[in-house]
Amino acid sequence: MTVEEHARRHPEVWCRFSPRQTLVRYAWYVGIVFVALWSVRQLEIPWLYFLDAHVQAGDLLVRMFPPDWAFIEEVLDPLIETIHIATLGTAFTFIIAFPIAFLSARNTTYNDLTWLIGRFILVTSRSVNTVVWGLVFVAIFGPGPVAGIWAITARSIGFLGKLIAEAIEEVDVGTVEAIEATGASRLQVLWIGVLPQVLPIIWGTVIYRWDINIRESTVLGFVGAGGIGIILYSSINLFAWREVGIILISIFVVVVFSEFVSAAVRQRIT
Amino acid sequence: MSSPAVYPTAWKPPGLIGNPAARRGLVALVVLYLLWSFGTIEVDWPRVGRGFPRAADLFSRMFPPDFSRWELLLKGVGESVQMALVASFFGMALAVPVGLCAARNLAPRPVYLLARGIIVITRTLHEVIVAIIFVKVFGFGPLAGVLTLFVASLSFIAKMLAEDIENMPPGSLEAIRATGASFPKLLVYAITPQILPRYLGVSIYRLDANIRHSTVVGIVGAGGIGQVLQASFNRYDYDFSLAILISIVALVFIGEFFSAWIRGRLR
Amino acid sequence: MLTITDLFKRYPTGQRALNGVSLTVDLPQVVAIIGPSGAGKSTLIRCVNRLVEPTSGSVVLDGTDITKLSRRELRRARRRMGMIFQEYNLVERLTVMENLLSGRLGYVGFWRTYRRRYPPEDIRMAYGLLDRVGLTGYENTRADALSGGERQRVGIARALMQQPELLLVDEPTASLDPKTSRQIMRIIVGLAQERGTPALLNIHDVVLAQSFADRVIGLRAGKVVFDGAPNGLDEKVLTEIYGEEDWSTTVARGEDEDEGRKPPRRRGDMESEAAVG
Repeated sequence: MTVEEHARRHPEVWCRFSPRQTLVRYAWYVGIVFVALWSVRQLEIPWLYFLDAHVQAGDLLVRMFPPDWAFIEEVLDPLIETIHIATLGTAFTFIIAFPIAFLSARNTTYNDLTWLIGRFILVTSRSVNTVVWGLVFVAIFGPGPVAGIWAITARSIGFLGKLIAEAIEEVDVGTVEAIEATGASRLQVLWIGVLPQVLPIIWGTVIYRWDINIRESTVLGFVGAGGIGIILYSSINLFAWREVGIILISIFVVVVFSEFVSAAVRQRIT
Repeated sequence: MSSPAVYPTAWKPPGLIGNPAARRGLVALVVLYLLWSFGTIEVDWPRVGRGFPRAADLFSRMFPPDFSRWELLLKGVGESVQMALVASFFGMALAVPVGLCAARNLAPRPVYLLARGIIVITRTLHEVIVAIIFVKVFGFGPLAGVLTLFVASLSFIAKMLAEDIENMPPGSLEAIRATGASFPKLLVYAITPQILPRYLGVSIYRLDANIRHSTVVGIVGAGGIGQVLQASFNRYDYDFSLAILISIVALVFIGEFFSAWIRGRLR
Repeated sequence: MLTITDLFKRYPTGQRALNGVSLTVDLPQVVAIIGPSGAGKSTLIRCVNRLVEPTSGSVVLDGTDITKLSRRELRRARRRMGMIFQEYNLVERLTVMENLLSGRLGYVGFWRTYRRRYPPEDIRMAYGLLDRVGLTGYENTRADALSGGERQRVGIARALMQQPELLLVDEPTASLDPKTSRQIMRIIVGLAQERGTPALLNIHDVVLAQSFADRVIGLRAGKVVFDGAPNGLDEKVLTEIYGEEDWSTTVARGEDEDEGRKPPRRRGDMESEAAVG
């Protein structure tokens, strides 16, 4: 072994990345920072506001305390309505999303057209936020919880449908084959061969979405679609911060509670 | 058949809940609750009845979508994207210290509890609620929106990061500690390599989520395309609303595609 | 009586699985189909009840050409053929009884399926079959709580619930240990003989085929290369079916090739990860 060869095999410097990799990496870093800075500039953020931001925030917190506990009576009904909107919206979603999920799964759909229709419905539903759906349904049904329920339904169909369709596409093919081999009809294959396999996932997803919907329905009131958001909106606009404090606390409690229930139920059924 | 035994001719599947009383009780409870919620929801039936003709009217006024004010539209979309980018960038950066503090196996108990508390509170309140509070503090405009999305990103990424660190196999941490490494060295050698891919993936996912959420925070006046949408609905400018909705769907699509592409490359 | 004539199957990938298979099963006998992996054993069996659509050729069962049936008629024809699978293919989350009763799906309407209300004679038959395959008392056990051998017993009982005129058996023992394999084979062959039902049985274990079948068909590259009594399987025949090997002990086992082997992680993946990080 010559000296050069030995030197080549045992270099004194070791680098994890080749120069090219390092270059690409730094190009990414610079690009990301550049995009972020450019965006900040474009947004024309009034930086002066930040000088007294901590004062403002502290002030806000001080004004929220002590919360106006007497106000809880006014909060209770809208809070219950919020939960109802979430539950009924989820229930309707389940009824509507169930057949759509079977249409949107490659292995249970009828033909390419039905698959495309199913996918289209799911994508449209998913791409529009619950609050935006709320705007649309308030324009249709007028302000109130009915618009809220439909807004929740409209958004959740895409969520449930997509996850259920994915579960259907992952069912064990052998089982379906075996049921087909007995001479079962298409509906029977779905009912005996497919459904039992996806049922736990369906229930899990429904409960999970219910929990998300509770959180979503707390803001539907901002566009007039019912629930606690309505009084939260008016209290904020009246700068009644002690009321806002109690509303935020109650929302917090309900959301944490629903998350807990959802997690507990999902753990039991799977 | 060899055995001449007489076999039963009836069979019922065992229920999910063995005890029939408990099963019926549960069903009754659910039904009662649904009835109650149906009953207490205040429905203005005549107004709902008018809803279907109104829906038809709404859709007829939505078509064809009006893209003539595309400059306003483009400005709104651009603002939404910029808000999402800025919020993701700062959220991603500040999520690192918060995430480290919220990892049970790294941080001291009080720090851990404080960080977890921040994460839980910010995660529980809906973005739009946070947005409206920021609007009240900082006034209308994208600043409130950026801050909202920033807070949401911060707590989301920090939570994921903390969970990843907690789920790390303790062996590699111990091995590096055993070499006598200090805490910063531990970070660089034991934690970063294990967590980095997931952290980047979560951040990119959050950018995608921020783009989606940036379209709604505007509804309470926090800037972006949502603000334009809200205004168009208030003015019954439905053909413009549809144009905005289509743009939002397209934007969300591009965001999702981009995020999936990047995350695919990270793997 | 089953008559298969000039059956061809070519998969969309271009792979030719069957190259003109013709055979007749006219006696209530157990016919074992042996051959190396990829010889078309599974395709042949699945073409009989059209779980795989044959490209050309005909499959005639008691006068009806299965290959020419409409979907609806095919369902009626499938009722007459019970099938047993290598991976059992039970509905894991249903009870043993529900799995057995699913063998009657071709005979009951959807409403009965929906309510799980099957005719009393079906239920009596199911209890009888549970006894026969040695699973007495298991009716309320969920299928995912059973061992492999027990699952295959349920699979056999489900197929027989159809009161089939023909049994199609696809590698019934490939996922089982040797002792359980023999028990399962004994049950299948016993039931076929008791009921006078002919059975078409894929198997890659030559010794099992020799000890349980009445007739052996050797398949190689989608063609029948041997058809005769099990004692006709000598070294020459086995070489013709499987290729050159030392067959003197006649303990030949078809090899399961690369199943469950993970592909190694590609180096390129790691690099791209690092490049972005």
